[in-house]
Amino acid sequence: MPSLKDLRNRITSVKSTQKITSAMKMVAAAKLRRAQEMAEAARPYADRMGRMLGSLAVSMKDHPGAPAMLVGTGKTDVHLVIVATADRGLCGSFNSSIVRDARRMVAEIEQGGGTVKLLTIGRKAGDQLRRHYGDRIVEHYTEMDKPTLDFEKAAMIARRVTEMFAAGEFDTCTIIFNQFKSVISQIVTRHQLIPFQAVESEGDKATDDAEDLGGAVYEAEPSSEEVLMELLPRNLAVQVFSALLENYASEQGARMSAMDNATRNAGEMIDRLTLNYNRARQAAITTELIEIISGAEAL
Amino acid sequence: MADKVEFELVSPEKLLLSEAVDMVVVPGTEGNFGVLPGHAPFISTVRMDVIDVYNDGKVSERIFVAGGFAEVTPQRCTVLAEVAMPLADIDRAEVEAEIRGLEEDLQASSEADLGVLIQSRLDVARAKLDVLAQQV
Repeated sequence: MPSLKDLRNRITSVKSTQKITSAMKMVAAAKLRRAQEMAEAARPYADRMGRMLGSLAVSMKDHPGAPAMLVGTGKTDVHLVIVATADRGLCGSFNSSIVRDARRMVAEIEQGGGTVKLLTIGRKAGDQLRRHYGDRIVEHYTEMDKPTLDFEKAAMIARRVTEMFAAGEFDTCTIIFNQFKSVISQIVTRHQLIPFQAVESEGDKATDDAEDLGGAVYEAEPSSEEVLMELLPRNLAVQVFSALLENYASEQGARMSAMDNATRNAGEMIDRLTLNYNRARQAAITTELIEIISGAEAL
Repeated sequence: MADKVEFELVSPEKLLLSEAVDMVVVPGTEGNFGVLPGHAPFISTVRMDVIDVYNDGKVSERIFVAGGFAEVTPQRCTVLAEVAMPLADIDRAEVEAEIRGLEEDLQASSEADLGVLIQSRLDVARAKLDVLAQQV
């Protein structure tokens, strides 16, 4: 049976925890709004890039000189898996669900006889994967959102990936991240980056384009090949960037709902502890009264 | 609007400009090209230079872009630029200071990744100065 003082201490400590969690929830909510704005603002570029690449890719698909980034190396032996998580925890199952999916993917590929290389983004991915797959991690990036999550950082990662691809270090590349659906639901998504896969955009867009062009094919300057050679690495950066933005928004969403739960739990705990505290206080008073009365009677 | 081109300028971070204009002149890697309504579908890479937007027979806007891509359709001209800012917003002294700072950083940095990043920023800053020099 805890003493009154113990209970009082517990209540104070849970109360201060509740203050922290509710503050974290507020911060996450504010950051989420910013993250959503950023994701919104970045969408036009990714859309247009996808459209451009899509139209060029169609004309280049069966071309013998098509760049390897577009059609693949013809092998699927070595996979590069980019695992993107957050730097911090306290956001529910956000990090662990990505890492779990990454583990599953590694296991799948290795069962199929392939080799896996990992590129981790975010401290959590590195920490959680290092134990089992430490020898497969080729590159590790952290602190993507400091000071702000900008395109340059994504471009840096993309440049590294492009270099590795050019050096023949892997055949296919997939990124795993959390797609932001809503505050309470984030979906772990695998997106194949190399060879290029057209992003599914809203259906009405495609018909718009068909009208625009009247079926005509794009001229390209200097040449389709050269434009593609520039476009593909850039597209990689854009894909990484939008994945990171989605991830960032998801992280904040996950943290917000996790902290909301924590705040509620703390509230319940405080109620229960307060009840116990009052009971114990009353019991003590009753005991004291009985002592006094029985003392008086004994006289 | 049959006699206008929808001009869009997009950077990875946001949509910078979207308006109907009479003509745009885009600095392609193989030379500048003007886009009028009804232009043939066309894709080009863009070099670091200035985009001129024409309205009512005059240049209404001049925007510096640091490379990218342009997509032209009969109705639209879309420029995907990595860095873009109105020419009027470029301040010579600021750019010069930036270049000095970056040069020092480049000397100091040992990491290859960071070096590439700084070098690309430096290139952009120098291109800005070049463009400014042309204006005078």
